[in-house]
Amino acid sequence: MIEILVILGAPIAGAALLASIGERQHAAEINVGISLITFIAAVALAVRVVAEGPLLLAGKIFFVDPFNVFLIALTAFVGLTTSIFSRPYMRIEQDLRHLTPGRLRLYHSMFQVFNFTMLLALSANNMGLLWVAMEAATLTTVLLISLYRTPASLEAAWKYFILCGVGIAQALFGTILLYFAAEKVLGAGGGALLWTELDSVKGDLEPTVLSLAFVFLLVGYGTKVGLVPLHNWLPDAHAEGPTPVSAVLSGLLLNVALYAVVRCKVLVEGSAQTSFARTLMMGFGLLSVVTASLLLLRQKDIKRLFAYSSIEHMGIITFAFGMGGPIASFAGLLHMTVHSLTKSAIFFAVGHATQKAGTQLMDGIRGLVTISPLIGWGLALGALAILGMPPFGVFASEFLILTTAIREQPWATPLLLGALGISFAAIFSRVQPMVFGETTVQRLPHRPAMIPVFVHLAIVLMLGLWIPPFLADWYRQAARLIG
Amino acid sequence: MSATGFLSQLLQLAIALLLAPILVGWVNQCRAWLSNRSAPPLLQPYRMIRKLFNKDAVVAENASWLFRMTPYIVFAAMALAAAIVPSLATDLPFAQAADAIALVGLFALARVFAALAAMDIGTAFGSMGARREMFVGFLAEPALLMVLFTASLISGSTSLPTIVDTLAHREFAIYPSLAFAGVAFTMVSLAENARIPIDNPATHLELTMIHEAMLLEYSARHLALLEWASALKLFNYSCIGLALFVPFGIAEGSADWLAILGATPLLIVKLAGGGFALALIETLSAKLRIFRAPEFLGTAFLLAVLGMLVNLMLGS
Amino acid sequence: MPMNIPLWAQLINLLAAVLLLLAFAMLAQRRVLTLINLFAAQGFALACSTAIVAFATHQPHLYWSVGLTLVLKVLVLPWLLHRLIVRLDVKWDVEGLINIPTTMLLGIVLVVFAFNLALPISQLANTVTRATLGIAMASVMLAFLMMITRRKAIPQVIGFLAMENGLFFAATSATYGMPMVVELGIGLDVLVAMLILGVFFFQIREQFDSLDLQHLEKLKE
Repeated sequence: MIEILVILGAPIAGAALLASIGERQHAAEINVGISLITFIAAVALAVRVVAEGPLLLAGKIFFVDPFNVFLIALTAFVGLTTSIFSRPYMRIEQDLRHLTPGRLRLYHSMFQVFNFTMLLALSANNMGLLWVAMEAATLTTVLLISLYRTPASLEAAWKYFILCGVGIAQALFGTILLYFAAEKVLGAGGGALLWTELDSVKGDLEPTVLSLAFVFLLVGYGTKVGLVPLHNWLPDAHAEGPTPVSAVLSGLLLNVALYAVVRCKVLVEGSAQTSFARTLMMGFGLLSVVTASLLLLRQKDIKRLFAYSSIEHMGIITFAFGMGGPIASFAGLLHMTVHSLTKSAIFFAVGHATQKAGTQLMDGIRGLVTISPLIGWGLALGALAILGMPPFGVFASEFLILTTAIREQPWATPLLLGALGISFAAIFSRVQPMVFGETTVQRLPHRPAMIPVFVHLAIVLMLGLWIPPFLADWYRQAARLIG
Repeated sequence: MSATGFLSQLLQLAIALLLAPILVGWVNQCRAWLSNRSAPPLLQPYRMIRKLFNKDAVVAENASWLFRMTPYIVFAAMALAAAIVPSLATDLPFAQAADAIALVGLFALARVFAALAAMDIGTAFGSMGARREMFVGFLAEPALLMVLFTASLISGSTSLPTIVDTLAHREFAIYPSLAFAGVAFTMVSLAENARIPIDNPATHLELTMIHEAMLLEYSARHLALLEWASALKLFNYSCIGLALFVPFGIAEGSADWLAILGATPLLIVKLAGGGFALALIETLSAKLRIFRAPEFLGTAFLLAVLGMLVNLMLGS
Repeated sequence: MPMNIPLWAQLINLLAAVLLLLAFAMLAQRRVLTLINLFAAQGFALACSTAIVAFATHQPHLYWSVGLTLVLKVLVLPWLLHRLIVRLDVKWDVEGLINIPTTMLLGIVLVVFAFNLALPISQLANTVTRATLGIAMASVMLAFLMMITRRKAIPQVIGFLAMENGLFFAATSATYGMPMVVELGIGLDVLVAMLILGVFFFQIREQFDSLDLQHLEKLKE
């Protein structure tokens, strides 16, 4: 009980604190400190849940089972490393005069509020509360993306607001339909929206209503996952917002949105007993993978490149969850973890690289290794990791997904392989000249924070070579819950 | 065919013929009130009709029989329509001959003859007026039909007395589809009766005329009959609107004399209210350009279709 | 036939029809000022309908929702929008991507689609006003159509808010009201969204000197 209160309370208290002192000398350190507290509480909660099983907290408001506690821990961890990274990054941005003190204050407080909304969305039992948290997350990111107030960032934030706003509205309709179906079985009142209650009666819920609800929920929350064709906001948001925001968007928000989709999928499968939900998820996932990989070839901006890579990987994860079954779900969860870690690591490196080069266009960044070996190698290794090179963890999860696909959905395998191949070529050919060769970049005024990058990559490497037994067990439990 | 039915039919026809001009006068009076001006006296339309009847008719040399016969045809059509629409009672012998669709056909008949007669002489303004009138009519007719269909979906028949019976004489119930149909009907009747925002009945500029342009060539008794027919058209549309949306007070089929006589003052009150509402709408709106008329009428049509859909959805 | 359902349910049906009518009127509207007033009227119809549901199903907690809707959607938001219009000096005529008759036709198609979709579902529920689910879905789709066919920023936002209206109607009337915490959350989100948008409009206007969203199309692919 105390852990969940700390997990949720620390960010919100931190946000309030940072709203008043966010531009001062040590604001970034306070930011890191709050994230650290959140992380410790998350680890404690995770330990408890893995030991004791699913927990209902605060009178059924919060529900923590192995599936979402692992995401809570991941969110807290990446939040911590991002706050560590953001310290020097924002300092350099201030020196480059991209930010005023007022904006910095907004940034710090919104960062913590964003963490709060994501953690709330992950731990909420009430589907309506989940929705509210997702909408709040949308609103905070709108403010964060438009931080620099350039025309391009305003456009990106507006597009984001409109697209995700419409998506959230569809998700609300799906939630209402869900309530519609649940009211018949569970009666009116708050109990009808609790996921635990819905899960226990899912066999009795009307299949037609639930199927329609799932369509709306998939379209709604899927917009926030970045599934094609609802992905238009993603590249712009990643390119125009500050890099720490891109990191948490790619690394965390997409995961949380997919979590919401998977929770709904569990309900629909239990009710309809058809493969309707699965087929939809597989279709959207595959479409995302193929489209994103094709669009990767045309990118000139480095952040957009990796944003499309995020779309591709989220497509793979959606496809994996769509296939279902113990191995595919296990692989999906593993991929969620390694993708979060790798993508945020890449964005950390990219952030500093763009600061050194003064531009986000890939043609303007050359020869990072020469001036700053840490950033150069960080980027190179990160790119290799995300491309699925062994022995990194992404290879392991992709391998599992592909083998399951060959067994169960053979028609999808050539598409997947083709898309992965295209993205490999695209990213590799772009990253290689950026890292090696003649240099055009300069030194940074402050020391870059490269520790988070290498910590993430090290974890990903470890997961590729050896998954600790407790982690594997954890994944297996979660996979069983997903079905 | 009962005696009361026959007599109520005659009474209804007589009241329509007598009251139509004063309805026009009342609308003008209300418009003047709302614009803070003084209007001609209420009975002015009667005086004008009488004046016109006493004049000699001047007819163009190349006018054909169509030109001469049209006023009588139009007047007869409007009078027949007045006999069909249940304004006082629902037990009308004539009504068995024609239902709502035939009613729309009657209006169309009048419109066609008026347009042909306007083109008969060959003047520029006549043809222009005829073209515009047919344009507006072509767009307004489907909307009117949809409105009537909505009402007939509720009552299960297209015969107007049956519709009135269902809406007035069963238990009180709220029909949301009639809300849509009401708005659509208002828009259509504004268009068909040549009122603002489609046409300005008081305009003197030929280039802005739609309905008036068709009357330019007529004089004396022909003009009198056509003016009377316009007034009757407004009266008929008002009665259709009242029958569909405010049908309370219309005497039921098997009613007796008292009910029919009692329905008359109620009708006058309702018409007065309708006339005031019409004047209000005219005062508050501006005349649309002719090119915007399709939008206006398209909206009316779609609203009527929406009303039908809502009926299918909600069952009412 | 409507005789079988009680008076309050008929009133809710009527208010549903009014809601749809207003959504259609907003679709056909050219002037931003009238658009805001229509939106306020829609909020009022929504509040009335919720109040009737609260009264008839004896759920006093819905009165809070009525109050929230009245304050937020009939008073605060239209007032905010009016102020924005005055300060931003937005022109009255609203350009659309496609002309109004075509938009209306598309709207009818969407309404038919929504009704079709909702018909089998509404038969499954056990509330008396279940038929209004189709109407709620239709108004949501009409608001969505309005959002994507408008060019200026403010009508897009009003379309977004109108969409929330339709959803709220579905929540309160088709299902006898959702749990309170959700409604509070939704209300709060809408308010915060509006405030953020208000800030936004100024920023966009500063950068681009106009609220025409054509300027916001530079980022592609």
